[in-house]
Amino acid sequence: MKSTVLIGTRKGFIAYEYKNETWELINSSFHGIPVSIAFADERNGTWWAALDHGHWGVKLHRSKDRGKSWEEIVAPAYTEGLEIKPGVKASTKYIWAMAHGGKDYPNRLWIGTDPGGLFKSEDGGDTWQLNESLWNHPTRPNGWFGGGRDNPGIHSIVVDPDDHDRIFIAISCAGVFESKDGGESWIIRNKGMKAEFLPNPDAETGYDPHILVAAPSNHEVLWQQNHCGIYRSVDGGHQWDEVDQKGGPAYFGFAIAVDEKNPDSAWVAPAIGDENRIAIDGALCICRTEDGGKTWKALRNGLPQENSYDLVYRHALAVSGNALIFGTTTGNLFFSNNRGDDWKVISNYLPMVHSVQFVD
Amino acid sequence: MIASEGNFLKFIYFSVVYLYNMPVIRFTKALRRFFPDLRELHSSSESIGQIMDEIDSHFPGITNYILDEQKSLRKHVNIFIDGEMMNDRERLSDPIRMNSEIYIIQALSGG
Repeated sequence: MKSTVLIGTRKGFIAYEYKNETWELINSSFHGIPVSIAFADERNGTWWAALDHGHWGVKLHRSKDRGKSWEEIVAPAYTEGLEIKPGVKASTKYIWAMAHGGKDYPNRLWIGTDPGGLFKSEDGGDTWQLNESLWNHPTRPNGWFGGGRDNPGIHSIVVDPDDHDRIFIAISCAGVFESKDGGESWIIRNKGMKAEFLPNPDAETGYDPHILVAAPSNHEVLWQQNHCGIYRSVDGGHQWDEVDQKGGPAYFGFAIAVDEKNPDSAWVAPAIGDENRIAIDGALCICRTEDGGKTWKALRNGLPQENSYDLVYRHALAVSGNALIFGTTTGNLFFSNNRGDDWKVISNYLPMVHSVQFVD
Repeated sequence: MIASEGNFLKFIYFSVVYLYNMPVIRFTKALRRFFPDLRELHSSSESIGQIMDEIDSHFPGITNYILDEQKSLRKHVNIFIDGEMMNDRERLSDPIRMNSEIYIIQALSGG
Protein backbone atom coordinates (compact mmCIF):
# COMPACT_ATOMS: atom_id res chain seq x y z
CA MET A 1 0.00 0.00 0.00
CA LYS A 2 1.17 3.48 -0.81
CA SER A 3 1.45 5.31 2.48
CA THR A 4 0.13 8.79 1.65
CA VAL A 5 -3.30 9.84 0.53
CA LEU A 6 -4.23 13.21 -0.97
CA ILE A 7 -7.75 14.49 -0.44
CA GLY A 8 -9.52 17.26 -2.29
CA THR A 9 -12.39 18.67 -0.24
CA ARG A 10 -15.05 21.37 -0.31
CA LYS A 11 -12.91 23.40 2.08
CA GLY A 12 -9.31 22.67 1.18
CA PHE A 13 -6.51 20.23 0.41
CA ILE A 14 -5.61 17.56 2.97
CA ALA A 15 -2.92 14.89 3.05
CA TYR A 16 -2.69 11.96 5.43
CA GLU A 17 0.24 9.61 5.98
CA TYR A 18 0.02 6.09 7.35
CA LYS A 19 2.35 5.78 10.33
CA ASN A 20 2.34 3.20 13.10
CA GLU A 21 -0.91 1.74 11.80
CA THR A 22 -2.78 4.99 11.95
CA TRP A 23 -3.47 7.82 9.51
CA GLU A 24 -1.90 11.08 10.55
CA LEU A 25 -2.83 14.40 8.95
CA ILE A 26 0.41 15.80 7.48
CA ASN A 27 -0.83 18.68 5.33
CA SER A 28 -3.78 21.03 5.26
CA SER A 29 -3.71 23.75 2.62
CA PHE A 30 -6.05 26.26 0.96
CA HIS A 31 -8.38 26.52 3.94
CA GLY A 32 -11.94 27.27 2.96
CA ILE A 33 -11.34 26.95 -0.78
CA PRO A 34 -12.98 24.12 -2.75
CA VAL A 35 -10.40 21.71 -4.20
CA SER A 36 -11.96 19.87 -7.11
CA ILE A 37 -8.98 17.55 -7.63
CA ALA A 38 -5.97 16.80 -5.42
CA PHE A 39 -3.49 15.09 -7.72
CA ALA A 40 0.03 13.71 -7.38
CA ASP A 41 2.23 13.08 -10.40
CA GLU A 42 3.78 9.74 -9.55
CA ARG A 43 6.67 10.37 -11.96
CA ASN A 44 8.18 13.23 -10.02
CA GLY A 45 6.23 13.55 -6.77
CA THR A 46 4.72 16.94 -7.64
CA TRP A 47 1.42 17.61 -5.90
CA TRP A 48 -1.32 19.55 -7.66
CA ALA A 49 -4.39 21.29 -6.30
CA ALA A 50 -7.16 22.40 -8.67
CA LEU A 51 -9.09 25.12 -6.90
CA ASP A 52 -12.65 26.15 -7.58
CA HIS A 53 -12.94 29.58 -5.99
CA GLY A 54 -16.56 30.54 -5.87
CA HIS A 55 -15.74 34.15 -6.68
CA TRP A 56 -12.34 34.28 -8.28
CA GLY A 57 -12.53 31.44 -10.76
CA VAL A 58 -10.62 28.22 -11.29
CA LYS A 59 -7.00 28.23 -10.17
CA LEU A 60 -4.18 25.70 -10.37
CA HIS A 61 -1.39 25.30 -7.83
CA ARG A 62 1.53 22.90 -7.58
CA SER A 63 3.94 21.89 -4.86
CA LYS A 64 7.32 20.27 -5.30
CA ASP A 65 7.90 19.82 -1.58
CA ARG A 66 4.87 17.74 -0.57
CA GLY A 67 2.68 20.68 0.26
CA LYS A 68 5.09 22.78 2.32
CA SER A 69 4.90 25.50 -0.32
CA TRP A 70 2.65 26.04 -3.33
CA GLU A 71 3.01 28.11 -6.48
CA GLU A 72 0.10 29.30 -8.58
CA ILE A 73 0.18 28.30 -12.25
CA VAL A 74 -1.93 30.00 -14.90
CA ALA A 75 -4.92 27.66 -15.17
CA PRO A 76 -6.08 26.20 -18.48
CA ALA A 77 -7.97 28.92 -20.33
CA TYR A 78 -10.07 29.06 -23.45
CA THR A 79 -8.87 31.36 -26.19
CA GLU A 80 -10.73 34.63 -26.42
CA GLY A 81 -13.64 34.23 -28.80
CA LEU A 82 -14.22 30.49 -28.33
CA GLU A 83 -17.82 29.56 -27.61
CA ILE A 84 -19.44 26.59 -25.90
CA LYS A 85 -22.35 27.09 -28.21
CA PRO A 86 -23.40 30.06 -30.32
CA GLY A 87 -23.54 33.14 -28.12
CA VAL A 88 -22.09 31.45 -25.00
CA LYS A 89 -18.45 32.28 -24.37
CA ALA A 90 -16.18 29.43 -23.30
CA SER A 91 -14.29 29.74 -20.04
CA THR A 92 -12.94 27.19 -17.60
CA LYS A 93 -15.70 26.52 -15.08
CA TYR A 94 -14.14 23.56 -13.29
CA ILE A 95 -11.09 21.31 -13.43
CA TRP A 96 -12.56 17.84 -13.25
CA ALA A 97 -9.73 15.48 -14.20
CA MET A 98 -5.95 15.43 -14.16
CA ALA A 99 -3.48 12.84 -15.45
CA HIS A 100 0.17 12.64 -16.31
CA GLY A 101 1.23 11.89 -19.87
CA GLY A 102 3.31 8.78 -19.16
CA LYS A 103 7.04 8.16 -18.93
CA ASP A 104 7.58 8.70 -22.66
CA TYR A 105 6.54 12.32 -22.17
CA PRO A 106 7.98 13.32 -18.81
CA ASN A 107 6.71 16.90 -19.01
CA ARG A 108 3.26 16.13 -20.38
CA LEU A 109 0.11 16.56 -18.30
CA TRP A 110 -3.56 16.41 -19.18
CA ILE A 111 -6.49 18.29 -17.64
CA GLY A 112 -10.18 17.80 -18.30
CA THR A 113 -12.59 20.67 -17.76
CA ASP A 114 -16.15 21.82 -17.68
CA PRO A 115 -17.19 23.01 -20.35
CA GLY A 116 -15.73 20.01 -22.17
CA GLY A 117 -12.26 21.10 -23.20
CA LEU A 118 -9.24 18.83 -22.81
CA PHE A 119 -5.98 20.65 -22.13
CA LYS A 120 -2.41 19.44 -22.53
CA SER A 121 0.80 20.81 -21.10
CA GLU A 122 4.20 19.86 -22.53
CA ASP A 123 6.19 21.87 -20.00
CA GLY A 124 5.23 20.37 -16.68
CA GLY A 125 2.15 22.51 -16.30
CA ASP A 126 3.65 25.95 -16.91
CA THR A 127 1.40 26.45 -19.95
CA TRP A 128 -1.71 24.70 -21.23
CA GLN A 129 -3.12 24.26 -24.72
CA LEU A 130 -6.65 23.27 -25.65
CA ASN A 131 -6.93 20.03 -27.62
CA GLU A 132 -8.58 21.45 -30.69
CA SER A 133 -9.45 18.18 -32.42
CA LEU A 134 -11.68 17.18 -29.51
CA TRP A 135 -13.12 20.67 -29.06
CA ASN A 136 -13.92 20.71 -32.79
CA HIS A 137 -15.33 17.17 -32.78
CA PRO A 138 -18.46 17.22 -34.93
CA THR A 139 -20.58 15.71 -32.14
CA ARG A 140 -19.79 18.43 -29.58
CA PRO A 141 -22.24 21.19 -30.56
CA ASN A 142 -25.37 19.06 -30.47
CA GLY A 143 -24.34 15.69 -29.03
CA TRP A 144 -22.73 16.82 -25.76
CA PHE A 145 -24.58 18.38 -22.85
CA GLY A 146 -24.31 18.94 -19.13
CA GLY A 147 -25.02 16.18 -16.63
CA GLY A 148 -25.22 17.50 -13.08
CA ARG A 149 -23.33 20.55 -14.26
CA ASP A 150 -24.46 23.25 -16.67
CA ASN A 151 -22.03 22.17 -19.38
CA PRO A 152 -20.44 18.94 -20.55
CA GLY A 153 -17.34 18.07 -18.56
CA ILE A 154 -14.35 15.74 -18.90
CA HIS A 155 -13.94 13.89 -15.62
CA SER A 156 -11.86 10.90 -16.69
CA ILE A 157 -8.51 10.74 -18.49
CA VAL A 158 -6.85 7.34 -18.91
CA VAL A 159 -3.39 7.17 -20.51
CA ASP A 160 -2.32 3.68 -21.57
CA PRO A 161 0.87 2.94 -19.57
CA ASP A 162 2.24 0.90 -22.50
CA ASP A 163 1.38 3.37 -25.24
CA HIS A 164 1.31 6.95 -24.05
CA ASP A 165 -0.26 8.18 -27.27
CA ARG A 166 -3.33 6.07 -26.54
CA ILE A 167 -5.73 8.02 -24.38
CA PHE A 168 -9.28 7.45 -23.26
CA ILE A 169 -11.46 10.19 -21.90
CA ALA A 170 -15.00 10.16 -20.53
CA ILE A 171 -17.43 13.05 -20.72
CA SER A 172 -20.70 13.71 -18.90
CA CYS A 173 -22.69 13.81 -21.02
CA ALA A 174 -21.21 12.57 -24.26
CA GLY A 175 -19.55 9.25 -23.49
CA VAL A 176 -16.16 7.62 -23.97
CA PHE A 177 -13.64 8.72 -26.60
CA GLU A 178 -10.33 7.14 -27.56
CA SER A 179 -7.31 8.69 -29.23
CA LYS A 180 -4.54 6.53 -30.67
CA ASP A 181 -2.36 9.40 -31.77
CA GLY A 182 -1.77 11.49 -28.68
CA GLY A 183 -4.96 13.49 -29.11
CA GLU A 184 -4.70 14.31 -32.80
CA SER A 185 -7.97 12.49 -33.51
CA TRP A 186 -10.75 10.92 -31.46
CA ILE A 187 -12.94 7.84 -31.89
CA ILE A 188 -16.27 7.43 -30.10
CA ARG A 189 -16.38 4.31 -27.90
CA ASN A 190 -19.99 4.10 -26.73
CA LYS A 191 -21.10 0.79 -28.24
CA GLY A 192 -23.11 -1.26 -25.76
CA MET A 193 -23.93 1.56 -23.33
CA LYS A 194 -27.45 2.63 -22.42
CA ALA A 195 -28.71 6.17 -22.12
CA GLU A 196 -32.18 5.69 -20.66
CA PHE A 197 -32.63 9.44 -20.27
CA LEU A 198 -32.32 10.12 -24.00
CA PRO A 199 -35.21 10.03 -26.46
CA ASN A 200 -32.97 7.85 -28.63
CA PRO A 201 -31.21 5.40 -26.32
CA ASP A 202 -28.97 4.29 -29.21
CA ALA A 203 -27.64 7.76 -29.92
CA GLU A 204 -24.03 8.20 -31.05
CA THR A 205 -23.23 10.43 -28.05
CA GLY A 206 -25.02 11.79 -24.99
CA TYR A 207 -24.09 8.92 -22.65
CA ASP A 208 -23.22 9.54 -19.03
CA PRO A 209 -20.20 7.59 -17.84
CA HIS A 210 -19.72 8.88 -14.30
CA ILE A 211 -16.12 7.63 -14.19
CA LEU A 212 -13.86 5.59 -16.47
CA VAL A 213 -10.96 3.51 -15.11
CA ALA A 214 -8.55 1.08 -16.80
CA ALA A 215 -7.39 -2.09 -15.09
CA PRO A 216 -3.74 -1.49 -14.16
CA SER A 217 -2.83 -5.08 -15.01
CA ASN A 218 -4.56 -5.24 -18.40
CA HIS A 219 -5.15 -2.00 -20.23
CA GLU A 220 -7.66 -3.51 -22.62
CA VAL A 221 -10.01 -3.97 -19.66
CA LEU A 222 -11.93 -0.78 -18.94
CA TRP A 223 -14.54 -0.25 -16.26
CA GLN A 224 -17.06 2.51 -15.83
CA GLN A 225 -19.66 3.44 -13.29
CA ASN A 226 -22.30 4.92 -15.52
CA HIS A 227 -25.49 6.82 -14.81
CA CYS A 228 -27.30 3.78 -16.21
CA GLY A 229 -25.46 0.93 -14.49
CA ILE A 230 -21.95 -0.48 -14.37
CA TYR A 231 -20.09 -1.37 -17.57
CA ARG A 232 -16.96 -3.28 -18.47
CA SER A 233 -15.08 -3.64 -21.72
CA VAL A 234 -12.45 -6.31 -22.35
CA ASP A 235 -11.44 -5.02 -25.77
CA GLY A 236 -10.33 -1.47 -25.17
CA GLY A 237 -13.75 0.09 -25.31
CA HIS A 238 -14.90 -1.36 -28.62
CA GLN A 239 -17.79 -3.08 -26.86
CA TRP A 240 -19.25 -2.30 -23.43
CA ASP A 241 -21.12 -4.94 -21.42
CA GLU A 242 -23.43 -4.12 -18.56
CA VAL A 243 -22.19 -5.92 -15.44
CA ASP A 244 -24.26 -4.44 -12.62
CA GLN A 245 -26.28 -6.31 -10.05
CA LYS A 246 -29.86 -6.95 -11.02
CA GLY A 247 -32.00 -6.24 -7.97
CA GLY A 248 -28.97 -5.44 -5.80
CA PRO A 249 -27.25 -2.28 -4.70
CA ALA A 250 -24.46 -2.34 -7.31
CA TYR A 251 -26.13 -0.32 -10.02
CA PHE A 252 -26.16 3.47 -9.60
CA GLY A 253 -23.24 5.41 -8.19
CA PHE A 254 -20.30 7.56 -9.17
CA ALA A 255 -17.03 5.94 -8.14
CA ILE A 256 -15.24 2.78 -9.24
CA ALA A 257 -11.82 1.36 -8.39
CA VAL A 258 -10.10 -1.57 -10.10
CA ASP A 259 -7.72 -4.02 -8.48
CA GLU A 260 -4.07 -3.46 -9.35
CA LYS A 261 -3.41 -7.13 -10.18
CA ASN A 262 -6.74 -8.66 -11.14
CA PRO A 263 -8.64 -6.94 -13.97
CA ASP A 264 -11.81 -8.81 -12.98
CA SER A 265 -11.86 -7.35 -9.48
CA ALA A 266 -13.42 -3.95 -8.82
CA TRP A 267 -15.26 -1.91 -6.20
CA VAL A 268 -18.17 0.51 -6.54
CA ALA A 269 -19.96 2.80 -4.09
CA PRO A 270 -23.72 2.38 -4.62
CA ALA A 271 -26.33 5.08 -4.07
CA ILE A 272 -29.98 5.61 -4.73
CA GLY A 273 -30.24 6.89 -8.26
CA ASP A 274 -30.82 9.14 -9.70
CA GLU A 275 -33.04 11.75 -8.09
CA ASN A 276 -32.05 11.14 -4.44
CA ARG A 277 -28.33 10.36 -4.49
CA ILE A 278 -27.90 9.18 -0.93
CA ALA A 279 -26.96 5.83 0.62
CA ILE A 280 -29.47 3.10 -0.17
CA ASP A 281 -31.90 2.59 2.75
CA GLY A 282 -29.66 4.83 4.87
CA ALA A 283 -27.04 2.06 4.95
CA LEU A 284 -23.64 2.78 3.43
CA CYS A 285 -21.85 -0.01 1.58
CA ILE A 286 -19.13 -0.67 -0.94
CA CYS A 287 -19.71 -3.50 -3.42
CA ARG A 288 -16.93 -5.74 -4.71
CA THR A 289 -16.77 -8.13 -7.61
CA GLU A 290 -14.04 -10.69 -8.15
CA ASP A 291 -15.40 -12.13 -11.38
CA GLY A 292 -15.71 -9.29 -13.79
CA GLY A 293 -19.09 -8.16 -12.53
CA LYS A 294 -20.94 -11.49 -12.72
CA THR A 295 -21.50 -11.34 -8.96
CA TRP A 296 -21.21 -8.57 -6.40
CA LYS A 297 -20.79 -8.66 -2.64
CA ALA A 298 -21.91 -5.79 -0.40
CA LEU A 299 -19.24 -4.85 2.15
CA ARG A 300 -20.72 -3.13 5.20
CA ASN A 301 -18.62 -4.06 8.22
CA GLY A 302 -17.60 -0.85 9.95
CA LEU A 303 -19.77 1.42 7.79
CA PRO A 304 -22.88 3.23 9.10
CA GLN A 305 -25.94 1.07 8.53
CA GLU A 306 -28.66 3.50 9.52
CA ASN A 307 -29.41 7.16 8.92
CA SER A 308 -26.56 7.54 6.44
CA TYR A 309 -26.81 10.23 3.81
CA ASP A 310 -23.32 9.57 2.49
CA LEU A 311 -22.65 9.72 -1.23
CA VAL A 312 -19.24 8.89 -2.72
CA TYR A 313 -18.23 11.21 -5.54
CA ARG A 314 -16.59 9.89 -8.70
CA HIS A 315 -12.96 10.55 -7.72
CA ALA A 316 -13.40 9.73 -4.03
CA LEU A 317 -12.70 5.96 -3.98
CA ALA A 318 -9.17 4.61 -4.42
CA VAL A 319 -7.33 1.31 -4.10
CA SER A 320 -3.69 0.51 -3.44
CA GLY A 321 -2.76 -3.13 -2.94
CA ASN A 322 -5.30 -4.54 -0.52
CA ALA A 323 -6.08 -1.10 0.89
CA LEU A 324 -9.04 1.07 -0.02
CA ILE A 325 -9.99 4.57 1.00
CA PHE A 326 -13.12 6.50 0.26
CA GLY A 327 -14.53 9.86 1.29
CA THR A 328 -18.12 11.00 1.26
CA THR A 329 -20.25 14.07 0.75
CA THR A 330 -20.89 14.27 4.49
CA GLY A 331 -17.21 14.39 5.35
CA ASN A 332 -16.59 10.81 6.39
CA LEU A 333 -13.33 9.14 5.41
CA PHE A 334 -13.09 5.34 5.63
CA PHE A 335 -10.17 2.95 5.26
CA SER A 336 -9.92 -0.80 4.72
CA ASN A 337 -6.74 -2.85 4.72
CA ASN A 338 -8.42 -6.08 3.65
CA ARG A 339 -10.03 -5.32 0.31
CA GLY A 340 -13.12 -3.82 1.87
CA ASP A 341 -14.10 -6.67 4.18
CA ASP A 342 -13.73 -4.38 7.19
CA TRP A 343 -13.73 -0.59 7.40
CA LYS A 344 -12.33 1.86 9.92
CA VAL A 345 -13.04 5.55 10.26
CA ILE A 346 -10.17 7.94 9.54
CA SER A 347 -12.32 11.02 10.14
CA ASN A 348 -15.98 11.92 10.59
CA TYR A 349 -15.35 15.64 10.47
CA LEU A 350 -13.97 16.47 7.07
CA PRO A 351 -15.61 18.81 4.59
CA MET A 352 -17.36 17.19 1.63
CA VAL A 353 -14.80 14.97 -0.09
CA HIS A 354 -14.26 15.49 -3.82
CA SER A 355 -11.23 13.29 -4.50
CA VAL A 356 -8.83 10.82 -2.93
CA GLN A 357 -5.57 9.47 -4.35
CA PHE A 358 -2.96 7.10 -2.92
CA VAL A 359 0.60 8.29 -3.47
CA ASP A 360 4.07 7.27 -2.33
CA MET B 1 13.90 79.48 2.46
CA ILE B 2 10.54 81.20 2.25
CA ALA B 3 10.39 80.57 -1.50
CA SER B 4 11.26 76.93 -0.92
CA GLU B 5 8.48 76.54 1.61
CA GLY B 6 6.11 78.15 -0.87
CA ASN B 7 7.09 75.68 -3.55
CA PHE B 8 6.62 72.84 -1.15
CA LEU B 9 3.13 74.03 -0.20
CA LYS B 10 2.29 74.46 -3.89
CA PHE B 11 3.47 70.93 -4.54
CA ILE B 12 1.27 69.57 -1.74
CA TYR B 13 -1.70 71.65 -2.91
CA PHE B 14 -1.46 70.54 -6.53
CA SER B 15 -0.81 66.94 -5.53
CA VAL B 16 -3.97 66.92 -3.46
CA VAL B 17 -5.95 68.55 -6.25
CA TYR B 18 -4.45 66.15 -8.78
CA LEU B 19 -5.18 63.04 -6.71
CA TYR B 20 -8.65 64.31 -5.87
CA ASN B 21 -9.34 64.48 -9.57
CA MET B 22 -8.08 60.98 -10.28
CA PRO B 23 -10.31 57.96 -10.03
CA VAL B 24 -9.56 55.91 -6.95
CA ILE B 25 -9.73 52.11 -6.98
CA ARG B 26 -10.49 50.20 -3.83
CA PHE B 27 -10.49 46.42 -3.39
CA THR B 28 -12.28 43.95 -1.19
CA LYS B 29 -9.94 42.77 1.54
CA ALA B 30 -10.73 39.19 0.41
CA LEU B 31 -8.27 39.69 -2.45
CA ARG B 32 -5.43 40.40 0.00
CA ARG B 33 -5.24 36.67 0.66
CA PHE B 34 -3.83 36.23 -2.84
CA PHE B 35 -2.21 39.67 -3.24
CA PRO B 36 -0.85 40.62 0.17
CA ASP B 37 0.50 43.96 -1.07
CA LEU B 38 -2.87 45.03 -2.43
CA ARG B 39 -3.66 48.68 -1.69
CA GLU B 40 -5.86 51.50 -2.88
CA LEU B 41 -4.73 52.97 -6.21
CA HIS B 42 -5.20 56.29 -7.95
CA SER B 43 -5.83 55.76 -11.61
CA SER B 44 -5.41 57.62 -14.86
CA SER B 45 -7.83 55.33 -16.71
CA GLU B 46 -11.04 56.36 -18.41
CA SER B 47 -12.94 53.06 -18.41
CA ILE B 48 -13.20 49.90 -16.36
CA GLY B 49 -11.42 48.01 -19.14
CA GLN B 50 -8.44 50.34 -18.87
CA ILE B 51 -8.50 50.03 -15.10
CA MET B 52 -8.10 46.27 -15.41
CA ASP B 53 -4.89 46.71 -17.41
CA GLU B 54 -3.67 49.27 -14.93
CA ILE B 55 -4.25 47.19 -11.81
CA ASP B 56 -2.65 44.15 -13.42
CA SER B 57 0.52 46.14 -13.96
CA HIS B 58 0.62 46.87 -10.23
CA PHE B 59 -0.49 43.42 -9.06
CA PRO B 60 0.36 40.90 -11.80
CA GLY B 61 -2.29 38.21 -12.20
CA ILE B 62 -5.05 40.01 -10.31
CA THR B 63 -7.27 40.37 -13.36
CA ASN B 64 -7.37 36.56 -13.61
CA TYR B 65 -9.25 36.72 -10.31
CA ILE B 66 -11.63 39.47 -11.41
CA LEU B 67 -12.18 38.56 -15.08
CA ASP B 68 -12.51 35.24 -16.87
CA GLU B 69 -10.36 34.38 -19.85
CA GLN B 70 -12.86 36.02 -22.19
CA LYS B 71 -12.22 39.28 -20.31
CA SER B 72 -15.72 39.37 -18.86
CA LEU B 73 -16.38 40.14 -15.21
CA ARG B 74 -16.63 36.90 -13.22
CA LYS B 75 -20.14 35.92 -12.23
CA HIS B 76 -19.65 36.48 -8.51
CA VAL B 77 -17.58 39.65 -8.71
CA ASN B 78 -19.07 43.12 -8.74
CA ILE B 79 -17.62 46.50 -9.55
CA PHE B 80 -19.29 49.63 -8.23
CA ILE B 81 -18.65 53.02 -9.82
CA ASP B 82 -19.61 55.88 -7.50
CA GLY B 83 -21.95 53.58 -5.64
CA GLU B 84 -23.67 52.16 -8.70
CA MET B 85 -23.12 48.66 -9.98
CA MET B 86 -21.42 48.69 -13.38
CA ASN B 87 -23.55 47.75 -16.38
CA ASP B 88 -21.35 46.23 -19.05
CA ARG B 89 -19.99 43.07 -17.47
CA GLU B 90 -18.99 41.69 -20.88
CA ARG B 91 -16.99 44.47 -22.52
CA LEU B 92 -16.24 46.59 -19.44
CA SER B 93 -17.04 49.76 -21.34
CA ASP B 94 -18.59 51.69 -18.42
CA PRO B 95 -17.06 55.17 -18.37
CA ILE B 96 -15.60 56.66 -15.23
CA ARG B 97 -15.23 60.27 -14.19
CA MET B 98 -12.11 62.09 -13.08
CA ASN B 99 -12.91 61.66 -9.42
CA SER B 100 -14.86 58.41 -9.51
CA GLU B 101 -14.63 55.90 -6.74
CA ILE B 102 -14.38 52.31 -7.98
CA TYR B 103 -14.96 49.43 -5.63
CA ILE B 104 -14.06 45.88 -6.67
CA ILE B 105 -15.83 43.40 -4.43
CA GLN B 106 -17.00 39.84 -4.35
CA ALA B 107 -20.67 38.97 -4.29
CA LEU B 108 -22.00 37.39 -1.13
CA SER B 109 -22.74 33.79 -2.03
CA GLY B 110 -22.14 30.19 -1.06
CA GLY B 111 -21.52 28.62 2.32
